[in-house]
Amino acid sequence: MSVVTELGKKKKGPSAYRKGDAKAAAFFLAPWFVGLFLITIGPMAASAYLSFTDYSLLEAPNWIGFENYTRMFEDPRLLNALKVTFLYVFISVPLQLAAALALALVLDRGLRGLAIYRSVYYLPSLLGGSVAIALLWRQVFGADGLVNGFLGLFGIQGEGWVSHPDYALGTLMILNVWTFGAPMIIFLAGLRQIPQMYYEAASIDGAGKWRQFTSVTLPLLTPIIFFNLVLQVINAFQTFTQAYVVSGGTGGPADSTMFYTLYLYQKGFASLDMGYASAMAWLLLAIVAGMTAVNFLASKYWVFYND
Amino acid sequence: MTNTPVRDDAPPTTPTLQQLAAQMPESESPTKRAWRGRTRSILKHAGLILFGLIMLYPLLWMIASSFKPDALIFRDPSLWPSEVTLDNYTEGWNALLHPFHHYLLNSAIIVLGSLIGNLVACSMAAYAFARLKFRGRNLWFAIMLMSIMLPIHVIIVPQYILFSELNWINTFLPLIVPKLLATDAFFIFLMVQFFRGIPTELDEAARLDGCGHGRIYFRIMLPLSLPALATTAIFTFIWTWNDFFSQLIFLTRPDMYTMPIALRTFIDATSESSWGALFAMSIVSLIPIFLVFLFGQKYLVKGIATTGLK
Repeated sequence: MSVVTELGKKKKGPSAYRKGDAKAAAFFLAPWFVGLFLITIGPMAASAYLSFTDYSLLEAPNWIGFENYTRMFEDPRLLNALKVTFLYVFISVPLQLAAALALALVLDRGLRGLAIYRSVYYLPSLLGGSVAIALLWRQVFGADGLVNGFLGLFGIQGEGWVSHPDYALGTLMILNVWTFGAPMIIFLAGLRQIPQMYYEAASIDGAGKWRQFTSVTLPLLTPIIFFNLVLQVINAFQTFTQAYVVSGGTGGPADSTMFYTLYLYQKGFASLDMGYASAMAWLLLAIVAGMTAVNFLASKYWVFYND
Repeated sequence: MTNTPVRDDAPPTTPTLQQLAAQMPESESPTKRAWRGRTRSILKHAGLILFGLIMLYPLLWMIASSFKPDALIFRDPSLWPSEVTLDNYTEGWNALLHPFHHYLLNSAIIVLGSLIGNLVACSMAAYAFARLKFRGRNLWFAIMLMSIMLPIHVIIVPQYILFSELNWINTFLPLIVPKLLATDAFFIFLMVQFFRGIPTELDEAARLDGCGHGRIYFRIMLPLSLPALATTAIFTFIWTWNDFFSQLIFLTRPDMYTMPIALRTFIDATSESSWGALFAMSIVSLIPIFLVFLFGQKYLVKGIATTGLK
């Protein structure tokens, strides 16, 4: 990250440290240090240890080596949870970003009422993670819900979408796409930074609107697309509330909304299989880190940096 | 890349070549062209408004339905209640073991504690990273950045064990104490970025006048960082208010339930037919967020645009 390198540039010997700074730093960082070691690093180490045990909260942990990890790959429900989560991420995140980009392009520059449109489209992003909205979704896509009410006007008898194994996950994807407002605002900020003169130059060269979009806007926006992609993928992998509430905590019907984090919660806090849950948590960390790394590696081939 | 301020509603710029060219008559007369432009703009606005309505329809419908008698909610997609009643609110308020102000109060306590924690502890850490020179600063800073990315699931099991050893389960402590210890490192990052934008001449002048770090932090940095503090406060409020995962884990006794947990148990406690009461309480739970959204928009938009918050 640029911040780190920026700090690193100021290479100075210890003599450059101002007197009293170290003491002051110890004071200002004290709460953070305590939190870092007690709430973050300590539990991380404990979690790593527990992932090699059969800990169940009720009995002392026994060392069982890699058994939790090998067990994971033979656990059909876990493999299913991975499949469900990957499907959710790979389908809903691109759709969400496409919606965000499309709306940002329409809203860009000098549009009357821009601030109002932006607020209206952004509001779902703020509410989307709440239990209230998840409950609303459960009703809207329920057998007697709003969607079927509309379909009924056209004489169509709809399914109970949230209770059908083929459609339940789709309703959660729609919920994620619905919250495209936050990435849209990031896109809007990115679009403002593209110098107007590029478009003028392209226009003089005879480029039409579409050509300007593909040759100017899109390449210059790739860093922002990349930023949004990394952020949303990380977020989507950890989705919990929506799946928990819409499925009533079961991940059903037929495990079709059993997200990875939901399965982890069930294993750790319902079955108290905490050793296994810890191993699952580390696999999650590996996946999220891996996806982020893949994103960064792949970015070399499609992200265009203008400097 | 990300910390350039956002210009909202930029003033109309001088016409670009492209626009000038567009104004030049080609085959059509200027009036015809202007008329076509106006039609296009009206169509665009109509499309945007329609799209906005579709997006907000479920929300508006929930609000409308909360005033409808239960029998009318089913399969009634219209917004206008043919019969208005407040029964859903009175019924919902007392549908669970405790009246809903009990859960609202619980949520408010956690939010308040988290606000104090994030504002104080994160700004203190940010001051150290932005203004103090100390050994290992880059390393600690990198660790801080990495901790932002850490999924909570990796540490939740040992945290649970730790807090249950301390007998903190079913108290608000597991939800507040970590914030007092600046574990929401994201806000440290946000404030470091902001502090770096404040001219160092200011604190050097103060230092010459004999101010220590405590006073520079309190009298100079904090007053000048109100936008960053406001962004932190707003997002802390919304995230804590909406938080479900950790509250679900640490609060299992009904008298400790917060709004989200109480709402969720609604489905088990009442039959599915009382959607009206559920909607009414859902709306009550969303009102604080909506108010923050109304009054804090400026900071919300800035915060997202500069850092990518949700």
